[in-house]
Amino acid sequence: MKDVKCECGHVNPHGTILCEACGRILEEHEREKQLVDMRYEGSARRSQTYNKTIVDKIWNFFSSVKVGVWLIVITLIASALGTIFPQEMYIPPVMPAEVYYEDQYGWLGKLYYELGFHNLYSSWWYLLLVASIGISLVICSLDRVIPLYRALKAQRVTRHEGFLKRQRLFGISAAENLEESYEKVKEKLREKRYHIREEDGNILAEKGRFSRWGPYVNHIGLIIFLIGGMLRFVPGMYVDEVMWIREGETKVIPETDGEYYLKNDQFILEVYDKNKDKEVFSEAIENSGMVAKNFQSDVTLYKKKGDSIAGEKPELEKVKDDEIRVNEPLRFENFALYQSTYKLNELNKMTFALTNKQTNEEFGMLTVDLNDPKEKYDLGNGYSVEVVSYFPDFEFDESGEPVTKSRIPNNPAFVFKMLTPDKPEGEVSFVAIRQTIEPFGDNTYKMAFKGIDTKNVSGLTVRKDLTLWIISLGGLIFMIGVAQGSYWNHRRIWIRKVNDEVWVAGHTNKNWHGLKREISIILENTGINEPEDQVQNENKESGGS
Amino acid sequence: MKKKRLMIRAVILLLLGAAVAYTLYANFTKDDVQKAVVGEKAPDFVLEDMNGKKHRLSDYEGQGVLLNFWGTWCKPCEKEMPYLNNQYKQFKDKGVTILAVNVAESELAIQKFADRHNLEFPILKDTDSQVMTAYKIGPLPATYMIDKEGKIVKYHTGQLTEDMIKDLMEQVKP
Amino acid sequence: MVTLSGNLLYASFFLYLVATVLFAGSIKDKKGKSAEKGPNKWAKLALITTIVGFASQLGYFITRWIAAGHAPVSNLFEFTTFFGMSLVGAFIVIYFIYKTPMLGLFTLPVAILMIAYASMFPREITPLIPALQSDWLHIHVTTAAVGQAILAISFAAGLIYLIKAIDQSKSSKKTFWLEAIMFGLVCTLGFVIVSSTFSAMDYKAEFNWIDKTGTEAKLEYHMPALVGPHKGELLTAEKFEPIVEVPAIINAKKLNTVIWSIASGIILYLLLRLILRKRIGAALQPIVKNINLDLVDEIGYRSVLIGFPIFTLGALIFAMIWAQIAWTRFWGWDPKEVWALITFLFYAAFLHLRLSKGWHGEKSAWLAVIGFVIMMFNLVAVNLVLAGLHSYAGS
Repeated sequence: MKDVKCECGHVNPHGTILCEACGRILEEHEREKQLVDMRYEGSARRSQTYNKTIVDKIWNFFSSVKVGVWLIVITLIASALGTIFPQEMYIPPVMPAEVYYEDQYGWLGKLYYELGFHNLYSSWWYLLLVASIGISLVICSLDRVIPLYRALKAQRVTRHEGFLKRQRLFGISAAENLEESYEKVKEKLREKRYHIREEDGNILAEKGRFSRWGPYVNHIGLIIFLIGGMLRFVPGMYVDEVMWIREGETKVIPETDGEYYLKNDQFILEVYDKNKDKEVFSEAIENSGMVAKNFQSDVTLYKKKGDSIAGEKPELEKVKDDEIRVNEPLRFENFALYQSTYKLNELNKMTFALTNKQTNEEFGMLTVDLNDPKEKYDLGNGYSVEVVSYFPDFEFDESGEPVTKSRIPNNPAFVFKMLTPDKPEGEVSFVAIRQTIEPFGDNTYKMAFKGIDTKNVSGLTVRKDLTLWIISLGGLIFMIGVAQGSYWNHRRIWIRKVNDEVWVAGHTNKNWHGLKREISIILENTGINEPEDQVQNENKESGGS
Repeated sequence: MKKKRLMIRAVILLLLGAAVAYTLYANFTKDDVQKAVVGEKAPDFVLEDMNGKKHRLSDYEGQGVLLNFWGTWCKPCEKEMPYLNNQYKQFKDKGVTILAVNVAESELAIQKFADRHNLEFPILKDTDSQVMTAYKIGPLPATYMIDKEGKIVKYHTGQLTEDMIKDLMEQVKP
Repeated sequence: MVTLSGNLLYASFFLYLVATVLFAGSIKDKKGKSAEKGPNKWAKLALITTIVGFASQLGYFITRWIAAGHAPVSNLFEFTTFFGMSLVGAFIVIYFIYKTPMLGLFTLPVAILMIAYASMFPREITPLIPALQSDWLHIHVTTAAVGQAILAISFAAGLIYLIKAIDQSKSSKKTFWLEAIMFGLVCTLGFVIVSSTFSAMDYKAEFNWIDKTGTEAKLEYHMPALVGPHKGELLTAEKFEPIVEVPAIINAKKLNTVIWSIASGIILYLLLRLILRKRIGAALQPIVKNINLDLVDEIGYRSVLIGFPIFTLGALIFAMIWAQIAWTRFWGWDPKEVWALITFLFYAAFLHLRLSKGWHGEKSAWLAVIGFVIMMFNLVAVNLVLAGLHSYAGS
C-alpha cells in the first residue's frame, strides 16, 4: 500500500492509473490500450484498492456505480408496479382495501393486495431502496470527487508523450515558425475564453473545469432533498389533517393547539354555463354535460385571545376574511388551508306539520334542527310533540332495531309522540324519510313532512410542512448541478513540442463535435495541423460498427 | 492513515445507517402519534355536563380519573357503558371517577342514551369538538387513565370489559 | 379565431410532410456536394419548409391560446400536438448544431405521427376545471413537453444508429426488436388511418351494457365493435355485431380500439414487407449508409444532456411546486407523477451507464429507444388506462 512516485517526481496515491501531474501511465496493462481511459482522470479510486474489513466491504459495495445503477433500475421497476392498480390512498372509501382489490380486479387484485403493492411507496422495502440510493449517492460522490479534485489540481502543463498520444484527439505537425504559430494560437484560445498555462514552450489550455463538479453538486442537492423527505417523519414537522366544516359553523383548526379557529361563511360551487361563459367552450360543455368552474369556501379566520383551556368558550379575534379556492389556499403562520373536498346539501333542518290523517287539518308546524333537536315542541292550543328518539343516520340493525350509523344527519329518523286534546296519552309514530311506522296501531294524527333546509359542508386540508424549504433547497441545488454538468463542457488542449514536432492533443468530457470545431478554428492558418479523431478512425477501419 | 480512513468510513456509514433506521422506525409509528402521550400530563379542559355543571380536569387532581370518549352511534361504546356505570359506583368513594366525553352530538341524543342506560357518571358535552381535537381522538371509544397527579398512565382504544375497567381503575387509585 | 387556429395546424401538418420528402431527397441526391461538406440545396429547402411549418404551428398555438384564454395544453389533443411542435423545434435547434438532414428524415415523421395521433382525440376547446386554473399550467406542461421532445430527439438518433449498425444479413434478436419498433410506429399510423376513416364515415353504434356494479349503462362506439361490452346489446340498426364479449372489468371500447390499431398495424406492416421484400430496418439501411455513427451517437447523447435538465425542471420541479399549491402536497404517487419519476430515473441510469460504464454507441442507442417508449407509455397509457389525478387530460 505504498504511494507511487512517478518519473516526473510527483507522488501519487496507490492505485493511480495515470500520474496526476504528467499523465504518464503507471498501470502496466493500461499501456496496451490505444486510448487512455480519462473518466476519472485515471485517478486512484480508493474503494477499489482497500478491501479488508467489513466496513470497507460495505463501503465498496455502495461506492460502485454498477450497484447504483442497479438500485435505480430496481426502484424504477418497483415504482412502475405500484401504478398497475390505484394505491390504497386513491381507492374510494366504499369498502375496506382487502375487499376492494379483489372485488374490482379479481384474483390479480387480490394478489396485488396480498403482496402489499396497494401501499407500495410506504412499504419498508421501497423506503429501503430509496435510502440505499441515498447512501450510494453519498459514498459514490465522496469516493470520486476527492481523487478527481486532486488529479485536476495536480495536473501539469507538460504531459507525458504516452498520455498525449493516447488521447482521442491527437495530431503531430512539423514545427516551423513555432513562435509565430504559438502567438496566433494563444490569441485564438483567449478569444475562446480558454485559461492558458505555459511551461517550457508547452501549452495547456483549459476551460469549463467547473462543469466537472456538476454531478457532485447535483448529488448534494439530491441528498438534501432526501434529508428533507426524511425530516417529514419527525413529529411536528408535517401536518396533514382534513377538517370538515359546515356553513355557519366555527371550529378549532386541528394541530394549531387551539390557537386558531375558522368560521365557514359559505361554500360555493360554480359550473361553466354555456350561455354565460366564453362561446368557444360551448361545444365542450355540451359534450361533457357539466364542467366545474370553481370550488370556494368563504371563511373567516380567528385567533384566540388570551389563555383558555379546551372546552371553554374562547374569546376570538378576527384575523382575516378569505376565500379559499383550489390553487388559492389560505395561509397563516406555517399553516395552509386548502379547498380539497365538499359535501353539498347536508340536511340541516326538517319541518313537519301535525296533521289529522282523516281531515288533513293541520295543528301547527315544527322545525327540527337536525344537529340539535329539542325534546319537546309545543304547538299551542293543547297540541305538542315530543321527540322520544332521534337517529341522525338511521338504519335497522341485525335484530331489526332502529340505530344510527353516525352522528351526521344523512338519513334522520324520529320517534315522535303526538300529544293532542283528544289523545292526551299521546300517539307514537316512527318517522323516517319516505317511511312512517305506527307501532301501536292506527293513529289519528300524523307528522306530515313539509320541507327541508340544507347546508353545504366544506372539506379543507390543514397542512403544515416545515420541510418544504429544505426540499426546495435540495431541488434548487440539484438543478444547478445538473445544468452545470450538462450545459458546460470541460475542454483541454495540450500543445507540446517534442523534438522537431508539435504534438497537439485535445480532451473534453463530452461534446467532441464542439471541441473539434473549436480546435479547427483555433489552429486555422497557424501551420499546426488539426488533430485526428482516433476513435472515428478506428471505427472506419473496423468497418463501422 | 489506514486507520483514519477506516474510522471515517465507519462513522459515515454509521450516520447513514442511523438516519435510515430512524426513518423506517418513524414511518411505521407515524400512525399512532398522539397528542396526549402516556407519561405526560393530560391536556387540561373544561366542559359542561348534562346538568350544566362545569368540570375542569385539573380540579380532579388528587383523584384518579377514567377519561372516556364516546358517541351514541358507536356500538362498542354502548357495550362498555353498563360496565363503566357499575365500576363508577364501586370506585366513586375510593377516589376514582369517570368523565365520559361525548363527541359533538346533540343534547337530545346524549340525554336519551343516558336515560336508556341509567348512566350516573358525569357526561360531558364537547359540542364544538375542541377537546376531541386537543386529544386528537381517532377511533372510538378511546379511554385515558389519569392518575392523581394529572398524568396519563394508560391509553386504550376499543371496547373494554368490566374486568379491564376494574383493573384500570385500581391502577389510578390514589 | 378558432378556425384560423385549426387551419394553421393543418398547414403545419402538410408542411412537415413536404419537409420530410425534401429531407429524403437531400439524402438521395448524390450529385450535390458530399455529405462531409454540409447540407445541399434539398436540405436547405427542407429546413426552410420545416421552419415555416413550425412557425405555422406556433401560430396555431398562439391563436388558440388567445381564443381559449388559457394555454392550449389542457387536454390530450392539445398536449400531444404541443409535444409534436416541441419535437420539431428541438430538431431545428439540433440541426443548426450538427447539420444532419438525416435527423430530419427520422424526426419529422415521428412528429407528424404524433400530431395525427393527437387529432384523433376530441379537439374542442375545453374550459379549465378549478385544479387547472393556474399559471403553473403553462409553465409546468410546456417545460415538461419541451424536455421530453428534446429527449425524443435521442430516440430518432438512436433509431438511425441502430438501422445502420445492426447487421441485417441474418435474423437476430436485434433485428427482431428493431422491427418491433417499426411495427409500433406502423400501428400508430394504423390507428390514425382507421379512426379517421370511421370518423369520416361518421360511424356510431350504441350499446346497452351492464357495468361492473351491475347497473345498466349506455356506450357509444365510433369503430365497429369487434369486442362488445359486457352483456352488450346493439341499439343502432345495421351496425356490426360484436364477435366476442368481455367481462365488465375490462373497458371494451378501449380494447376494441387497441385491437383495431394492432390489426391495421399488422396489415400495413405485412403489406410493407410484401412490397419491400425485406425487413423495414433492412430497407431503410441503404438510406443511412453514409451517416457517421459517431456523430449520430453524439447527437443522441447531446440531446439527452440538453433534455434531461429541462425535463427534470418541468416534469418534476415545476410539477411539485404546482402540486403543492393545487393538491396540497408536492408529491402524491399519482400514476403520472410516478411515471415522470420513472422517466427521470431511467435517464439518470442512462447517464450513469454512459459516463461510468462506457455504454456508448449501440447500447446507448437501445437505451434511447427504451426511454422514448417509457415517455410514450406515460403519454398514452397513463392517461388512458391508469387514469389518476391527471385523468382530465385523457378525455
